[in-house]
Amino acid sequence: MRSIGTIFRRELASYFATPLAYIFIVIFLVMAGILAFFVGNFFERGQADLQPFFTFHPWLYLVLIPALSMRLWAEERKSGTIELFLTLPISMGAAVIGKFLAAWVFAGIALALTFPFWLTVNYLGSPDNGVILASYLGSFLMAGAFLAIGACLSALTKNQVIAFVITAAVCFLFTVSGSPVVLGLLQSWAPEPLLATVSSFSFLTHFTAITRGVIDARDAVFFLSVIGAFLLANAVLVDLKKAA
Amino acid sequence: MIEVRNLAKRFGPIVAVDDVSFHMQRGEVLGFLGPNGAGKSTTMKMITGFLAPSSGTAIVCGADVTADPIAVKRKIGYLPEGAPAYPDMTPIAFLDFIARIRGFAGAEARKRVAKAVERLALAEVLYQPIDTLSKGFKRRVGLAQALLHDPEVLILDEPTDGLDPNQKHEVRSLITEMAPGKAIIISTHILEEVDAVCSRAMIIAHGKLLADGAPGALEARSRHFNAVRLALAPEIEAAAAEALRKMLEVEAVEPVEDGEGRALMVFPHGGQSIAAAVADLLRARGWQPAALRVERGRLDDVFRQITMTAH
Repeated sequence: MRSIGTIFRRELASYFATPLAYIFIVIFLVMAGILAFFVGNFFERGQADLQPFFTFHPWLYLVLIPALSMRLWAEERKSGTIELFLTLPISMGAAVIGKFLAAWVFAGIALALTFPFWLTVNYLGSPDNGVILASYLGSFLMAGAFLAIGACLSALTKNQVIAFVITAAVCFLFTVSGSPVVLGLLQSWAPEPLLATVSSFSFLTHFTAITRGVIDARDAVFFLSVIGAFLLANAVLVDLKKAA
Repeated sequence: MIEVRNLAKRFGPIVAVDDVSFHMQRGEVLGFLGPNGAGKSTTMKMITGFLAPSSGTAIVCGADVTADPIAVKRKIGYLPEGAPAYPDMTPIAFLDFIARIRGFAGAEARKRVAKAVERLALAEVLYQPIDTLSKGFKRRVGLAQALLHDPEVLILDEPTDGLDPNQKHEVRSLITEMAPGKAIIISTHILEEVDAVCSRAMIIAHGKLLADGAPGALEARSRHFNAVRLALAPEIEAAAAEALRKMLEVEAVEPVEDGEGRALMVFPHGGQSIAAAVADLLRARGWQPAALRVERGRLDDVFRQITMTAH
């Protein structure tokens, strides 16, 4: 447990050691703002809620989260520090979890810095703050799921750009699998259970459910299971790929 | 302290390390010698628990690396090839991270870091990103990291590679200074380094352990061992070579021309001492040598002889 904390602190500090952290946060905030105000018609809707803000989070994460996760293992493999890191007296579990938590907390910091949106809607009207809190929680869980996928895939390669592209592609599949377009394509020929399975893996479906203000344990469990499964795969992949 | 048992590593069809076994005691400095790709680094990676062996195991201070890798990792200080360290970190932050992950906290961690910094003279670069440091300083940061917990076993993969002669000397002195209390394995392809620091040398090629002994004993396998180098006036050289070839103890006489000038190299049969006999012969004939020297064995001879014939 203590080594998880030590790894977590080093990793989190490493985000802030380069301009990456600041660039990421600024771009995240600017894009979240642009999408909410211009694309989501934040003001024109005449409703005091954050629906237009949260709606775009899956798409925002699709672009930004791979940039955060791509370095997690690819950089260690590229620079050879993985040999140093994995010959320290730590378990593979601690290594994987410590790194993941640092990335997740960093994403959480970026998300928390969107609090001016929350202040704005509270100034303009009286929104349902319960729904907003649930949405924030849902968004954070979804970010974790994206990050776990990214962490796992970054163990596959030494090349951060490849890690970025693969992660974005896989996250895209997870995001859209419940969208009407994909389901429409499947509907004509696929059996009902397959359809249900595909749509149940959709981040969009689960996230939208949470942003409606109904925190169903199943949606939270879904994201936590995705995180767990991909971190497990992450540990296996690091072990398999470290020799190369 | 280290016991390596039938260690082997295969990557698909390639056999990187093939059934390597040896024992090591405290106080020994073992040099792994071998051409690039011989399996030196792979052997080290298996002993340190980075790679799982395909078969066999290593026991370090009583802990089995295949059964309890974390216990082994606690006992070992390891400098991987190229001394990797996190480029964005400063040496002080990096060493502090290593101290904490090795289980030191508070004052004890600070003391350990301060001691390693002092030992490797890192004080002047403590707050610069490791990325910006010279090769010599990077190597020293790597060594400081390996020494921080005062491990009983040190494994250093090419510790002096790419350093200038002064830095090489410093690293070698450090190794020699630490040797009595530890078991140290270094890998190198610089043969002089083995003479300088190692009490034992192993030659590895194609994944196999081909020779194991004190550097002196390995040198004795060289055909230059006890050979006599003889500088003579040019007009008597041919006659002298003729006479020397007839001696029973002499295997061959070859003219050599190198940085020191022209000379005859007289090789003995089976490494026996022939200096006295050669001197007697010269005196009897009234030939005055300009210089006469008994050669030591040459490790590079032995190295080439062993590694080239091992296909």
